[in-house]
Amino acid sequence: MAIDADTVRRVAKLAHIRQPQDRLEPLAAELSEILAWIEQLNEVDVTEVEPMTSAVAFPLPMREDIVTDGGDAGVVLANAPLARDGFFVVPKVVE
Amino acid sequence: MNDLTSLTLKEALDGLAGRRFSSVEITRAHLAAIAAARELNAFVLETPDKALAMAEACDARIAAGDAGPLEGAPLGIKDLFCTNGVRSTAGSRILGDFIPPYESTVTANLWRDGAVMLGKLNMDEFAMGSSNETSAFGPVVNPWKSRGSNRSLSPGGSSGGSAAAVAADMVLGATATDTGGSIRQPASLTGTVGVKPTYGRCSRWGVVAFASSLDQAGPLAKTVEDAAILLASMSGHDPKDSTSLPVEVPDFRHSVGRSVKGLRVGVPKEYRVDPMPPAIEALWTRGVEWLKDAGCEVVEVSLPHTRYALPAYYIIAPAEASSNLARYDGMRYGLRVDGATLDEVYDRTREEGFGPEVKRRILIGTYVLSAGYYDAYYLRALKVRRRIADDFTRAFETVDALITPTAPSAAFGLGDSAADPVAMYLNDIFTVTVNLAGLPAISVPGALDDAGLPLGLQVIGRTLDESTMFSLAAVLEKAAAFRAKPQKWWIK
Repeated sequence: MAIDADTVRRVAKLAHIRQPQDRLEPLAAELSEILAWIEQLNEVDVTEVEPMTSAVAFPLPMREDIVTDGGDAGVVLANAPLARDGFFVVPKVVE
Repeated sequence: MNDLTSLTLKEALDGLAGRRFSSVEITRAHLAAIAAARELNAFVLETPDKALAMAEACDARIAAGDAGPLEGAPLGIKDLFCTNGVRSTAGSRILGDFIPPYESTVTANLWRDGAVMLGKLNMDEFAMGSSNETSAFGPVVNPWKSRGSNRSLSPGGSSGGSAAAVAADMVLGATATDTGGSIRQPASLTGTVGVKPTYGRCSRWGVVAFASSLDQAGPLAKTVEDAAILLASMSGHDPKDSTSLPVEVPDFRHSVGRSVKGLRVGVPKEYRVDPMPPAIEALWTRGVEWLKDAGCEVVEVSLPHTRYALPAYYIIAPAEASSNLARYDGMRYGLRVDGATLDEVYDRTREEGFGPEVKRRILIGTYVLSAGYYDAYYLRALKVRRRIADDFTRAFETVDALITPTAPSAAFGLGDSAADPVAMYLNDIFTVTVNLAGLPAISVPGALDDAGLPLGLQVIGRTLDESTMFSLAAVLEKAAAFRAKPQKWWIK
């Protein structure tokens, strides 16, 4: 299925990546080419095939629901672009 | 330039244990080799002070008779692994000067066993690429050149820095990761040995995520035995990664040199590209002969869904990546680009922080997961993935392992396929099936092509049967007697 510039704009908004206006058409062409190549998956008969959601058939282990780490705000904030008084500083969200 | 850098890991460990040289001495030799090879751009961060401090501690442990299995051996670490107190970027601008306050489990295992860190290795951004050209630090240059040409070649990707550093004798071995071929394809293009173990052998904890159901860590090394030594240290169950398998890790070294007589090895008839380069076809045929000479029975097998592996991968991997990379929002770490509103901060940070290939994959992933397309693309790809895995299950009912070429070409020129994403994706045509099925596979250098560039053979094993894979790889390595090394043209 071909992707148009409007679709690129909508998907880029969903993905939170700003795309300049002049990139929309070239990106639409690139993505369309990739998706056209992917379309060959439609040739495969997948009736009654279970989707494969795990690379190795092993049950996921259960563990106790207990705290094993944490309690060090300084370490958590060490790489923050902006931090103050033990908190991340973020742009204003609520007017 | 220096004898100590030309040793294999095994030889170096023997020399260290026999006190023929110290860890500080062999570490210094490698630091000098790294400094002399900056033109290759294999390292994004050299850590000489840390390396020497670690080496001194190793020498003290050796003197005290308290040496670990890797004691004193200097290694390189792909920049996808978080290293405590040492900048880790995943080859991306968006991580900026991120300094992890924790250590990945795989690297922690290596330090526990006595290894020394020389620095962090260049890679495609977030491991998305097959040429190392998507790195925010610029491409790595392959130590190998075509005969009679001065053109810069790609070392492959995404673990291009790891492969180049091993090939150029800058490290005794390196960590790497493989989501669709990112260990094995660079190994093939640089004449080195690369292993992608069974999914779950190595913990993914502290490894920057690309596509979590496919990502696996593994070693790049000079020999099959070296790769076995490294993998034994890197592997093991880790409660911090729920997908790491709670199983015993065999000592893979014992598999190297073991007889393969009576093993049945399959040749998948679908692993032929059109046109198949004659040198690759010839090497594959020779590989089959080498296994027969060693007493293997070689039979043709069919993996009918092979051709659908790459298209399925290019839905599944971008879908997982678009979800994983949502964490880079400029709030808690890494790059933040200011804007008038919160949305603008997100949008600008991600615009400036991610390179073109990463953006392309995030957009594809977001698209195939979006309302109305999920069933048609993502769910269908997961069903095709099952078909591909079932093909292998069926083949392994009659054979113990498979032999294939690793990559569809030798090293190509930097810039050759950057303009065409699909052409770049085809590099992984022989490797990606294994990631989808979770199987272990190894690439071993087999021959030089007409231009004097290395080509690799791939052995694919059953789930958790790295041991058979290593035994067969060692037989191929011995028969191929591949001794070629790149000319050290970067040493002026």
